[in-house]
Amino acid sequence: MEHAVAATPAWAVLAYLVSGVLFILSLRGLSSPESSQAGNRNGMIGMLIAVGTTLALHPTGLPLIIGAIAIGGGIGWVIAQRIQMTAMPELVAGFHSLVGMAAVLVGCAAYLNPVAFGITDAAGAILGVSRVEMGLGVAIGAITFSGSIIAFLKLSGRMSGSPILLPGRHVLNLGVLAGILILTGIFATDSGAAAGQGPLLWIILGLSFLIGVTLIIPIGGADMPVVISMLNSYSGWAAAAMGFTLQNTAMIITGALVGSSGAILSYIMCKAMNRSFISVIAGGFGAEADAGGPKASGPAKSYKAGSAGDAAFIMQNAESVIIVPGYGMAVSQAQHALREMGDLLKKEGVSVKYAIHPVAGRMPGHMNVLLAEANVPYDEVFELEDINSEFGQCDVAFVIGANDVTNPLAKTDKTSPIYGMPILDVEKAKTVLFVKRSMGGVGYAGVDNPVFYADNTMMLLADAKKMVENIVKGLNGGGH
Amino acid sequence: MDFLSILSIFVLAVFVGYYVVWSVTPALHTPLMAVTNAISSVIIVGALIAAAAGAITEGGGISQWLGLLGVVLASINIFGGFAVTRRMLAMYKKKDKKPAASK
Repeated sequence: MEHAVAATPAWAVLAYLVSGVLFILSLRGLSSPESSQAGNRNGMIGMLIAVGTTLALHPTGLPLIIGAIAIGGGIGWVIAQRIQMTAMPELVAGFHSLVGMAAVLVGCAAYLNPVAFGITDAAGAILGVSRVEMGLGVAIGAITFSGSIIAFLKLSGRMSGSPILLPGRHVLNLGVLAGILILTGIFATDSGAAAGQGPLLWIILGLSFLIGVTLIIPIGGADMPVVISMLNSYSGWAAAAMGFTLQNTAMIITGALVGSSGAILSYIMCKAMNRSFISVIAGGFGAEADAGGPKASGPAKSYKAGSAGDAAFIMQNAESVIIVPGYGMAVSQAQHALREMGDLLKKEGVSVKYAIHPVAGRMPGHMNVLLAEANVPYDEVFELEDINSEFGQCDVAFVIGANDVTNPLAKTDKTSPIYGMPILDVEKAKTVLFVKRSMGGVGYAGVDNPVFYADNTMMLLADAKKMVENIVKGLNGGGH
Repeated sequence: MDFLSILSIFVLAVFVGYYVVWSVTPALHTPLMAVTNAISSVIIVGALIAAAAGAITEGGGISQWLGLLGVVLASINIFGGFAVTRRMLAMYKKKDKKPAASK
């Protein structure tokens, strides 16, 4: 390794290290909203150092490079300004696909021009260990790319969110995965590959693109929080693999950080649904819903329906209201109206809090961002374990666009697909106001929710946003 | 650097990542994803090397263009990721400021 890498000057090695440390600090900043903005700045400085160092070490072809940065940067900047907060899940999925593709491009570039990356031996052949890293990096990058594209299409509604189940998909996926690993092994030992020849890397690349698609299409909409976290993790491992190839500490540290971050988020999401990671990856969840659902059928049960005026009256006269938002709130963009409702109630002296289930929405923390966007102070927003004991003492639980996360069957019915999932105990509130489009839909898990038919529940059947706006009208005009 | 030193850095960084990420408040999990996205685009370093080297070594033509395309994609992510994170974080406010709900 006496080539370009060994020639990396000490100052550059240290600069990459500093940039890696700044990336650690950028994540550390997110431990509280107060320090988060400083954290984000650390991340930007770290990136600036990494890019600046690289350009200083390789000061050739600058006009084209600066042009490329300007084009990409401009596109990214505009997207970031225009994107709606409700569209954040598909944006993140889209961004993941770009990281994956960038990893693929870097891997291929290194294969085609190994001398530039300092990964050749004295005879000019690509080092075996570099070929392993390259093969894995390209494979993970390609899986991240095509998997994220599918996730993006599903999240943005351009493709149905329901699982697509290919026959024999487990065998197919495991076979392709084994194929990729075996080919990577051959790629590392093959003398043709060492000379930068032969189709092995391209076959690995093609198979990886394929498996990215077949891995994600069987996974249903409700499992998207796990998928998006998992792809987040993959994008990190792809960056780390490339970091090994380039022997670059900034890339390795970042890859490891992002890889573990995504893995932890996947774990938190799985735990919040009481699902195993394997069962999510295997896919198909939510498909059985329309197929049978023997326990959901039976005679039509009676429920109490109410109007916006009733809801306004009940909440005005309550002492405490806990609002439980879910994906339905995001879909109908009801968060601003909801905040207005909360403000009016607070003016009447009602205590208003928000309860967030970890898997509410389509990505981790989705509801928090939407409420923050609507100017709900973050100290009124509570996580499941912090607020769940308060439902017993609260007068009104106002559920808007959430369903499965409030279903008490998760605690009692062992045959239920959501059994064991931690839920928000809304049924313990004196009154439950349940905003729902119609009585037809039964959530993503396809399970009926007994809360609908409980004596203390009033169903508010309408579009979430319209309903909340009408309640706001009721609160404004309904006073004496 | 030899492979083992790099592996050591990697393994230690995984552990750092593990503890740092557990300390992130759940309310900020969406910004966490956006910012990890931005920083994983440090892969731009590799794309820059390919793009720069392609300009001087012969036969580096395809490699150079792959690198440049990589630079474009990673830049979308870097600028987009940090900017959208900043936009989100600016929304998180505490209670003290009375919301202007007067109409």
